[in-house]
Amino acid sequence: MQEKRKVVISKSPRVESGAKDFAFTQADIPASSGFIASYRARAWDAFKKQTLPDTTLEAWRRTDLRALPVDSFKLPTDGAYKDFPSMPEELFKPLVADQHGGQIVLFPGGSKIDLDASLAKQGVIFTDFKTAQEKHPEIIEKILGQTVNVEEGKFAALAGALSQTGVILYVPKNTHIEQPLHSILWGPGANLAHISHLLILLDEGANATYVHESASPTESSDAFHAGIVEIKVMQGASLKFVELQSWGKHVWNFSHERIRVERGGSLDWIFGAIGSKLTKNFSELDLAGEGATGRMSGFYFTDGTQHLDHDTQQNHLAPHTTSDLLFKGALKGKSRSVWQGMIYVAKGAEKTDGYQANRNIVLDEGARADSIPGLEILADDVRCTHGATVGRLEEEPIFYLKSRGIPQKDAERVVVEGFFDPIMQRIPFEGVRERFHQAILQKMG
Amino acid sequence: MSELVIKNLHVNVADKEILQGVHLTVKQGEIHAIMGPNGTGKTTLAYTLMGHPGYVATKGEVLFKGQNILELEADERSRLGLFLAFQYPVAIPGVTVANFLRTALNARRRAVNKEDKGIPVPEFRKMLKEQMDLLKMDQAFAGRYLNDGFSGGEKKRAEILQMATLKPEIAILDETDSGLDIDALRVVSEGVNALTGPNLGVLVITHYQRLLNYIKPQFVHVMMNGRIVESGGPDLALSLEEHGYDWLREKEKTEETA
Repeated sequence: MQEKRKVVISKSPRVESGAKDFAFTQADIPASSGFIASYRARAWDAFKKQTLPDTTLEAWRRTDLRALPVDSFKLPTDGAYKDFPSMPEELFKPLVADQHGGQIVLFPGGSKIDLDASLAKQGVIFTDFKTAQEKHPEIIEKILGQTVNVEEGKFAALAGALSQTGVILYVPKNTHIEQPLHSILWGPGANLAHISHLLILLDEGANATYVHESASPTESSDAFHAGIVEIKVMQGASLKFVELQSWGKHVWNFSHERIRVERGGSLDWIFGAIGSKLTKNFSELDLAGEGATGRMSGFYFTDGTQHLDHDTQQNHLAPHTTSDLLFKGALKGKSRSVWQGMIYVAKGAEKTDGYQANRNIVLDEGARADSIPGLEILADDVRCTHGATVGRLEEEPIFYLKSRGIPQKDAERVVVEGFFDPIMQRIPFEGVRERFHQAILQKMG
Repeated sequence: MSELVIKNLHVNVADKEILQGVHLTVKQGEIHAIMGPNGTGKTTLAYTLMGHPGYVATKGEVLFKGQNILELEADERSRLGLFLAFQYPVAIPGVTVANFLRTALNARRRAVNKEDKGIPVPEFRKMLKEQMDLLKMDQAFAGRYLNDGFSGGEKKRAEILQMATLKPEIAILDETDSGLDIDALRVVSEGVNALTGPNLGVLVITHYQRLLNYIKPQFVHVMMNGRIVESGGPDLALSLEEHGYDWLREKEKTEETA
């Protein structure tokens, strides 16, 4: 029988001969052993197998990486931070209470760890990846690679294989942490690749508030960050997780994040993004146990030529689960934002309630916001709603405010602050709200 | 004493001439009413005086405190002492009444002194509470988003609250009675009357005479086809109520042909 010739149109990126790739080698994989070593090896294989995503892929259709100088990034060496500007004092300040329960600062090639002694006594682990690898591998094993699959993408694989920095948080059963935990990934330097991995496990009935911030000054040539965030909120546990992204405007920023919430657990997930040159962020919420709830609130404000792409997914995998997402963004200059959201309701996940909304205000002619909501529902008896809007600053409200003596610029700021107010209302921390407020003031000029 | 002097004002809206030579002087301490049928340019006059960018003065001038305010931005006119109570107040979602008023007051203070730290919060609260009591407004009102989901009466009261807070020298009330039931009309009018006196000049723009039962003008003007065609005392409003505008239209025609 003669074999019929098939024409295959592949949707995966074609590997062009001589296509650019990162200059990293296997020797860059941080030393590790046992479980962690095999995870990293698996991730490295996945990294080598995958090419850089291009705009033929649906998830990357609006985010073009052709200008990414992939081969120019180096990993920071041990102690590299000594050659870089130190972190501004204000970043050390607590954002969500008067004081921290613990604080970790991650520098290029170093870290500084601080944890309240009483928390340590209760069995709370809050340390950097390297220390945890030596002292608490059993905790790492409970979560590493369990919510984010390194096969998911080039950058997930890269971060899995090469992460040299990161945070481990473990809160034992029924332990309630009153004081918030705070970590900062401080990534100064040009032509550097900062690669991070955050692992958080809240055991049954545990309770914590955690703020993680990524920041750097703006440098004259490009830098890179790839990160994985893996979080498990076990049965009846409750986590408030705040992520602030204020990378310098030279940073290409990629992250894969997924939080799994078990039966009766709850999550309050807040994003604030004002920095980076380009960001592609995949944030996924898995409501895995009956009655799990998750709220995702996002704030972004872009200017100049910034490009921020947030890809969110609310996965209802069990009955009686509730998710509620609100992302709001403002855009200036020639910046661009993309929000692409999906509510997925698995078969059998009855009585779920999913909501997603994305609102954008475009402040300049040259800026552009894309808003793409999506629903995929395989269960009956669910309630899922979504909404997406892209609007401009209207003349009438501005005139109204000016007629009360408020100058043009202040009037614009007042309207923009009003636009963001519903997001501010969702943020239970004065310090975080104040940070966003400052960002608005600064971006509005 | 301040006065607002409008001289031969011509205004275009979307390239169409709406005001065709308005002359009017309003002094502090006086109450003037402008009446007239719909579409004769009353609201155009109000918006032009306040500086709406869509209303272009092509001829004439408006003098206030020694300046031709047509050359000023709306916020500058406001800080100079001019106020417009809108016929359709604009909703500002996410901005509370209190926050908005404080911003407006602080803008005034900063225009005088760049370094001003803003009105102290206790002082502001006390002032706001007093003004709201005067207008019989629930204190919870201060925490609501400005004009967002307000009833017609609430919107108009919020306008008067702003007027009370900003203390203008000349206030223009554009169809402040529209959309109000009789109780709301009384409350709003009482609010306005509480503010009138030697320091405030008022220009009431209205379609109906009924508002003038509550806010008593000394001067009544009738506007038709973009001009003031008749001026008089309070009696003029009453005779308009009785006879309508037709006799004025007739008179206009006669004068034109004469």
